[in-house]
Parts: sequence; structure tokens; C-alpha cells
Amino acid sequence: MLNKNIYLILIIFLVFAISFWIGFNVNLLPAEASINAPIYDELFKILFIIGLIIFIGITIAVIYSLFKFRKRNDQIGDGIALEGNLSLEIVWTIIPSIIVLLIGLYSYNIYDRMGGMKELNHNHEMMSSNTEKIWAGISQTSDNEIAINNLSIEVSAMQFAFLFNYPKGNFISGELHVPVDQKVSMKMESKDVIHAFWVPEFRIKQDIIPGQPTILNFTPTKVGKYPIICAELCGPYHGGMRASIIVEEESDYKEWFNKNKKPEVNL
Amino acid sequence: MTISIDPQKTNNESLQPKGWLRYFSFSLDHKVIGIQYLVCGFLFYLIGGTLASAIRIELASPMSDFMPRDVYNQVLTLHGTIMIFLWIVPVVNGAFGNYLIPFYVGARDMAFPRLNAVAFWLIPPSGLMLVASYFVEGAAQAGWTAYPPLSITTPQSGQIIWILSVLLLGGSSIFGGINFIATIIKLRRPGLKLMQLPMYCWAMLGTSLLVVLSTPVLAGTLILLSFDIIAKTGFFNPVLGGNVVVYQHLFWFYSHPAVYIMVLPAFGLVSEILPVHARKPLFGYTTMVFSIMGIVVLGLVVWAHHMFTSGTPPWMRLFFTIATAFIAVPTGIKFFNWVATLWGGKISINSAMLFSCGFIINFVFGGITGVALAQVPFDIHVHDTYFVVAHFHYIVYGGTVFIIFSSIYHWFPKVTGKMLNEKLGILHFIITFIGFNLCFAPQHWLGLNGMPRRVAEYDPQFQFVNQISSLGALLMAISTIPFLINVFLSVRNGKDSGDNPWNALTPEWLTSSPPPIENWEGEAPLVEEPYGYGK
Repeated sequence: MLNKNIYLILIIFLVFAISFWIGFNVNLLPAEASINAPIYDELFKILFIIGLIIFIGITIAVIYSLFKFRKRNDQIGDGIALEGNLSLEIVWTIIPSIIVLLIGLYSYNIYDRMGGMKELNHNHEMMSSNTEKIWAGISQTSDNEIAINNLSIEVSAMQFAFLFNYPKGNFISGELHVPVDQKVSMKMESKDVIHAFWVPEFRIKQDIIPGQPTILNFTPTKVGKYPIICAELCGPYHGGMRASIIVEEESDYKEWFNKNKKPEVNL
Repeated sequence: MTISIDPQKTNNESLQPKGWLRYFSFSLDHKVIGIQYLVCGFLFYLIGGTLASAIRIELASPMSDFMPRDVYNQVLTLHGTIMIFLWIVPVVNGAFGNYLIPFYVGARDMAFPRLNAVAFWLIPPSGLMLVASYFVEGAAQAGWTAYPPLSITTPQSGQIIWILSVLLLGGSSIFGGINFIATIIKLRRPGLKLMQLPMYCWAMLGTSLLVVLSTPVLAGTLILLSFDIIAKTGFFNPVLGGNVVVYQHLFWFYSHPAVYIMVLPAFGLVSEILPVHARKPLFGYTTMVFSIMGIVVLGLVVWAHHMFTSGTPPWMRLFFTIATAFIAVPTGIKFFNWVATLWGGKISINSAMLFSCGFIINFVFGGITGVALAQVPFDIHVHDTYFVVAHFHYIVYGGTVFIIFSSIYHWFPKVTGKMLNEKLGILHFIITFIGFNLCFAPQHWLGLNGMPRRVAEYDPQFQFVNQISSLGALLMAISTIPFLINVFLSVRNGKDSGDNPWNALTPEWLTSSPPPIENWEGEAPLVEEPYGYGK
């Protein structure tokens, strides 16, 4: 009996060790290019490890049972008449409940750190009316901070393109340029059907809905060019509805901005 | 030609067509209707599978080069709709439910035989109508979710035919649900208690409650959507002041429970199959019953987890995260109980057992990605990507379809009195299991790294992994060949099975195989312990 328990403990230990090793050494995610990304990847790693432990554990149990308890040719009759075990069943109700609850609380914490639980004030500086209802995507920042750094961009989506309006420069661009390490706030609205704004390297996504503006805030952390992908089926050319976000040093961004800026027209 | 008899009144078999002809008649026999559901569903599975192959051929290269883009969207819409509404839902509910439930409760037929026949005969015309819509102006192309405003702005005839077809199929499903509830509650043989019923009855009771509670909501929603399309009303049309997100709430109020309508019956079926082939009682009968009912209740309050990027308020995201994640608890209990059922048994390694074990492994994987997807911050990145495609195929194919095959291997001798060939069955399992995992496991990586779903073209960096996935799909297509050969050969020249080849204790095996018209020659047996193995 003691021997059996030692094997069991050894196997459980191995399952944990393998799961942790894979969890820490196998990277399934693209580059991290916003302050959301490392937070997301932390959550991913934990879920990945817990998932691996459960998956490997159950798979081993099933395959072991098939080998160990397979019916030999000379055997007749049935297995043991075991109809249940209350304490065992209570254990495997309570432990998963606790795990699920902890995961839920932890992901709530992650979501809060991403800015998802932050209330959005209604007097967003770009908004035409103070009573307009805005639906939030992920927000990492309050409106005051946005107002100070002036990085407010209006996104309009249509079949099958994104347009980025820089109200401060009075121009529209087909490419999204943003300076690195600065908070960006986007107000997005669709001209026709539902689209979605997704940057995999930023780990953010928000639907762009007709008739209902949505807000998405983010802070890029790594200079580079990343794809903006429409993630909501929007028609025949949905797969081709892509744009680029160019994260650049502040000086480069300023240069680009000033080159495109149109003078205010005073009538 | 439709000929029918009332089984309550007369035993005159001459009025009913004999042989294979009765499968084309308006038969009131629950066994005939069950087979009608199964064969009809399988034909649509072949159509849906052909469409899936077309998708995987298109995705073998990064360019949109195999079919026109709008046809691609029609193909993916029809693939989803056919597989859900014409294959999985009718087969796990209608086919096995009709065949097995009257045996399990000790009845001679379902509670409402005519309603039952009507429910089945709604399916072929609506399925044919759906497929035929391609030849009108093109089929629906807004995805099986038909989100407005896309579904309002795409060609109308396809979308309207899609709505009509889904309404008819939903009606069929509701008729079936009412019938199952009535049969299980009211038609039980005297002396048979609810807690003595085989687990599939409980699964069908829970499923039918979900069907009856949520399908009408889908029907109402689709009628409003059709008003928007035909009569230019503005329920969901933002141009006329409508709200597109309201549609999503109403749609998912049905369509998330629809997932449980597809998997709960499979949970029931596997609970019948494992004890027989492991020669052990089903572990933890009572907790199994409560976990089914727990899934039913929780399943009704989790729909908004499909809408985490739609602009839902934070409190709503939080509520639906916790509710969704908690479904893992009753589901987990069932999986632990099945593994415990295997433990210490005398397991026959046959096709039915292998498909059931394949189901456990695939479904656990899909369940784990499901708990991850329930977490808002996790979901925001992978929502509407191939990660989600992979997840739900692990649930509905790796889960339910594996159980459908397992059930066919298990109950084929019951229906035909012949055995299926085991070697071909095991070959079928091996190709399906490898092909399925090769097809869908790599898609998790695609989604995480930036490939959205429902696209005909993609970033060339994803080509290699997509080709692996397409190779897996090819294997899945090939895997149906040994299965079909097996069924055709065994129906004609299969080994005689005798009445009870598995020595099973559930009531359907306590009569001849195939069973007589009214199920039992005499009185229905009282089975107090359907899982009393080893006693």
C-alpha cells in the first residue's frame, strides 16, 4: 500500500513538473507591445499551467485505466460494484469550485489592472453631447489624462477599411501612428456593419458598432509596425480588412503629425 | 405516400409499409422515427462536412483563390447552420432520444406519436430549403449567428430562407422537447421511480427544458430580424434607430443553451455506454443527476460571455465570467465520475469504448479552453479568432460527434440485430482521433497569434500551420469511408448479435434485437438498477 502511494505521489509530482516546465518554456503568444500585453501573458501562463495539469492528469488516468483494467481474454464477470463515494465526490466538487473561484478573482484583478473596471466619465472631450452614452472597451486611463496629452483619435470603420481621424491636426489617415509609451484614447464608430479593432500584439480588441460609439484606450510600449485586424465578420472582403498601427519615437511621431497637419480654416 | 396506424388501437401491421419503405413513411413508431432522424442527420453531416472541406481547401493557401469571397461566406454560414441544426441537435436529441427514451421509461411509444412524426418531417424540407437557397440568389452569408446589420444588408432571399429554415427546425426541436418531457414524466411504467431512470433520461429531461425555455426566444428574435429585412422595420437596424447589440443578447440567450442542447444528451449517452463496456455501475448516480440540472440552470445565465467585446458594461462582464466559469464545476464532476466508472472495471477495448474515451480527452481539453475563454481579459484577445473555432470544435466535434459515433457502435446491434466490424471500427476511431486533433489543435495557436475567424485570406506567416490543419481535415473526411463501408457491409452480412451482445442491464436490451413493434412482447420489465453490474 505504501508503495502504491509513493507511485501516485511521484506521478502527481511529474504531472506538475511537466506542466510548469511547458508553461514557462513554451511561448504561444506574439510579441508584447502594449502595457496590457505582459499582464495578459501573466494570466495566460497561469491558466495554461492549471489547464495542463488537469488535462495531463485526466488523460493519464483514462489511458492508465484502459491498460490496467482492460478485460483479459480469460476473464469473465464484472468489475467491482462501486456505485459512488460521497467523500471523494465532495472533494472533487469543492476543489474545482475553489480553483474556479480563485481563477475568477484573479482574472478580475487582471482585468482591473488592464483598466477594464474603470468608470468612463461621460464628458469625454471629443464628444458632441454630454449625455451621450459611451460603451467602454478597455480603459487604462481617466479622461483627464487623455485631455492633457491630446492623443485622442476618432476611428471610423466601414466595409472594408479603417480611417483614423486626428482632430487636433484636422486630418484623416489610413494608418494609425502613435508615439511609444503614451496613452492613446480612441472613440470608434462604424459607418455600416459591425467591425472590430484588434491588435494581437497589444492583446486588445473592441467591436466597432454602428449607432453606438465605443471607446478603447491603450498604451503602446514597443516601437514597431503591427497589424490592425477586423475580427467581426463584415462582408466578403472581411479577411482583407486590415490596417497598420505604427508605434514610433515621440520625435518621429511629431514629425509625421506636423507633416500631415492641416491648418485650421478660419472662415 | 403516407400510411399510418395508431399503435394504441391496432396491431395490424399490414397497414404499415414493410421493410425499408417504412423509413420513408409518416410512421408513428418511435424506433422508425429515431432511425429517420439519424440517417437524415447523417446525410446532412456529409453535406456539412463537404462544406468544411471546401473551407479547409480555401485556407490551405493565404490568398482567396479557391472560391469567390461571397461564396466562401455562404459556405461557412451553411456549414455552421447545417452542422448545428440539422446534424448534432436532431441526432443527439431526436435520433437517440426517440429510439431510447420509450425503452428507458418502459413505454410502448412516445407520449405524442403524431407530434413526434411531425417534428421529424419538418427537418428534411427545411434542410433542403436551406441548401437550395444557394441556387436562388446565393445562400445566407452573415454567419450562423446572422448578426445585423450585416444580415440586413446582404442579399435578402438567402437570409430570409435561412430564417424560415431555422424557424422550422426550432419548431421541430420544441415539439421534440415537449414530447420528451411528457414521456419521461408521465409515461413511466408503474413502479419505476425517477431516480431509477438511466442517466440519458435525465440528460434529455434537462436538455428538453432548455429547448422549451430558450428556443422560442430565438424564434421571436428571428421573426423580428425578418421584419427588419422584409418590412424595413428598425428593431435591429441602427439607421432607423434600432440596436444591434440587443439582437446579440436575444440570439445568445438561445444559442448558448444550444451548446448544452448539443452536449448534455452526449453526456447522457456516454453515461450509458461506459458502465456496459467497463462492467461497472455508473459512479455517483445522484451527483450526476444534480450536475446535469446544475448545468441547465447555469447554462441559462451565461449568454453574454459571447459579447465581451460588444461594449457590455463592466459589472455584466464580471457576472458572466463567474457564472460561466462555474459551469466547469458540475461538468468537472461528470468527468471525474466517468473516469471513476472506468477505474477498477473489466474494460472491453472496442470501438464504442474508444470513441467514448476519445470524447473524455477531447472534451476535457475543450472545457479547459472554455474556462479560459470565460475570463474577460483572456477572451478580449482571442474573441472571434481561430482560438474560439478550435475551442468549440473540441466541444461539439471532439465531444458530441465522438459520442454519436460511439453510440452508433454501441446500439447498432440493437437496431439491426447485426454486429459492426470491430477492426474497421477501430480504424475509424484512429483516423478520426488523429485527424481531429491535427485539424483543430493547431488552430489555438493561429488564434492566439492573430488569425481571425471567418476569413478567406490570411497573413502568409500562418500558411504552414493552416496546411497542417487542412491535412487533419482531409483525414477526418477519409475517416468516414471505413465507417460507411462498415455500416453497409454489416447491415447486409454482419455477424448476428443475438438480443444482448454486450450483456447490458438497461431496459432496451431486455427485448429482442431488433425490437418488436411495440417494444416488448409482454409487459415492460421493471429495471430498478440499470447499472447493477458486479452484483
